[in-house]
Amino acid sequence: MMMQAVSPPDPTPDAAALGAEAVLEVSNLTVEFPTRRGVLTAIDNVSMQIAPGEILGVVGESGAGKSITGLAVLGLLEAPGRIAGGEIHVAGRRIDMLSEDELTKVRGREMGAIFQDPLTALNPLFTIGVQLVETIRLHSGLSKEAARDRALTLLREVGIPAPRERLSQYPHQFSGGMRQRVVIALALAAEPALIIADEPTTALDVSIQAQITALLRRLCKDHRTGVMLVTHDMGVIAETADRVAVMYSGRMVETGRVKDVIHDAQHPYTKGLMAAIPSLHERVETLTQIDGAMPRLNARPEGCAFNPRCPMAGPRCRRENPVLAPAGRNQAACFLHDGGTE
Amino acid sequence: MLAFLIKRFANAIFVMLSVSFIAFMIFRFVGDPVELMLNEQATQEQRDDLRTRLGLDQSFIAQFGTFVGNAAKGDFGISFRNQQDVLAMIAERFPATFELVIVATIISLVVGIPMGVITAIRRQTWYAEAMQFTSIIGVSLPSFVVGIGLILIFSVWLGWFPAFGRGDTVQIGWWSTGLLTHTGRMSIVLPALSLSLFQITLVMRLVRAEMLEVLRSDFIKFARARGIPARAIHFRHALRNCLMPVVTMTAMQIGGLIAFALVTETVFQWPGMGLLFIQAVTFVDVPIMAAYLCIVALIFVLLNTIVDITYAVIDPRLRGAEK
Ligand SMILES: Nc1ncnc2c1ncn2[C@@H]1O[C@H](COP(=O)(O)OP(=O)(O)O)[C@@H](O)[C@H]1O
Ligand code: SF4
Ligand SMILES: [Mg+2]
Repeated sequence: MMMQAVSPPDPTPDAAALGAEAVLEVSNLTVEFPTRRGVLTAIDNVSMQIAPGEILGVVGESGAGKSITGLAVLGLLEAPGRIAGGEIHVAGRRIDMLSEDELTKVRGREMGAIFQDPLTALNPLFTIGVQLVETIRLHSGLSKEAARDRALTLLREVGIPAPRERLSQYPHQFSGGMRQRVVIALALAAEPALIIADEPTTALDVSIQAQITALLRRLCKDHRTGVMLVTHDMGVIAETADRVAVMYSGRMVETGRVKDVIHDAQHPYTKGLMAAIPSLHERVETLTQIDGAMPRLNARPEGCAFNPRCPMAGPRCRRENPVLAPAGRNQAACFLHDGGTE
Repeated sequence: MLAFLIKRFANAIFVMLSVSFIAFMIFRFVGDPVELMLNEQATQEQRDDLRTRLGLDQSFIAQFGTFVGNAAKGDFGISFRNQQDVLAMIAERFPATFELVIVATIISLVVGIPMGVITAIRRQTWYAEAMQFTSIIGVSLPSFVVGIGLILIFSVWLGWFPAFGRGDTVQIGWWSTGLLTHTGRMSIVLPALSLSLFQITLVMRLVRAEMLEVLRSDFIKFARARGIPARAIHFRHALRNCLMPVVTMTAMQIGGLIAFALVTETVFQWPGMGLLFIQAVTFVDVPIMAAYLCIVALIFVLLNTIVDITYAVIDPRLRGAEK
């Protein structure tokens, strides 16, 4: 069916203008998990672009496919998960076809990652200095001394006091917030064009979260790094991201500029999502405002995945799967904005 | 840290007391030592005299106290069989057992660790499967069968290695070593291999399980995301995080190996403590049996304590725990 073949390109002005030099361009990505009881489509035909220096927030309930999207870009999907369709370009180079060896050369150099739990992200048996120098030398070929200097610069840049002493300390000697700064320094070590940040503040104290997101935003703007910021927290999105993509059951249902999506959501799911957040800092674990729960991947309904919970659903919603189409100032995958639900 | 050390120490003492109690009970119940030591024609007077000299006329508690006191000084009495000092007899046999166990341990680490890594990171390959399968045989074959098999193949058929004995030894102080002579080195190969076979399997399976676990951890995922190549991921980041349990188990098993060496030493007629013990059992030479028990237990307890301290040295997280 033509409708399902291709999502239209994201027309957001910044991205469109910078389209040619996008640091990340994902088109029609599909990720599958072959299981004993059939093939689960975890990510279904998702497209996105991120321009240099731009932060794209990716939001959605637990299990919506946010992390899998990030891992697919990094080439770190765990077997049996596999990219079953679509293309991924990072800094202009197609990477979804690369072998593991070639991917290893792209990771860290062209794209970095920050994961949720800074307490477990660092090797407990090596000092921070060893891990930084290892990463820097791997990508730059600098001498040990030069790499150490670069490590000091990086630690200073991510706001770690007394970096010289800190270099010879082990991860357990750092607080959670400080460790996440180290993780950010490691991700930035080779000045990648793109950073995938998967829930970078979720595991941290509330008081620390704002500092880390502010740091991330500053670094991204300073270095013109594109960031895919995966989070539950609409507050983080509102403060940090430039654009936002809303995911539901492995599909992208709405995307647009942050303020447009927050104040003028077009997709019924996004509307419920925004209404469900009394203050922006509530987390979107589950959506109490809308009855029901996100369907499991093996029980995704025909047509629009949201139709069992949607107050506006019509017969067409149970037959066909809507794709992103212009809706207000955003893009939404909903027949209300694309020919009606009958 | 101090509280920890005191606790460990109290623990060790309790274990040693329990073991010496068992050893002591062997003394009492294997038979009347007086009957064992004197011949049938001895007079009642001689009997009573010996009874007093051995302290057997004292209360049970007092006797146990004396036993523990003497044992703590290294005095386990004299052998019933040849009237020699028991501790000296054991000390003479100890180097043979110790060298056997150390060589077996080194073999098990040198062979077991790479096998564990390979079976973990090349899970689907035929050679990983083959190693897995062989390792099941390794655990299920009894030690004496392995020993006899090795003798049959490598000394009877191929004639590569001696089938029994320790070869020539060199005396260094009170220590006699077989590792410095050619015949000594040839002689230790088969018994050490036989003793290490079970151990290789243990090390391999432990390394494999730990590797699989560590490879799933976040810091490995993050290391991959930083572009660290697979070799460095496996051998630098992952393996090092597996080594602590391996060190622990290896050290703990040394005690076990010394005990297990009993069978190997019997099969290969290896002149170690185990063989001494077996001979003591045949002659109901109780002081040697009791001393052997206490010394093996002491080695266990010492190793345990050393392991706990090594742990704190290897893992920087535990080093900081005293704060
Ligand atoms: N190894 C796997 N096998 C099968 N399904 C998986 C696997 N890993 C993740 N999934 C599915 O992929 C979906 C998306 O997961 P994820 O991207 O982690 O969600 P989130 O949006 O919370 O980050 C989930 O529904 C999950 O059940
Ligand atoms: S397509 Fe239909 S079911 Fe899906 S969100 Fe729009 S109205 Fe609701
Ligand atoms: Mg997630």
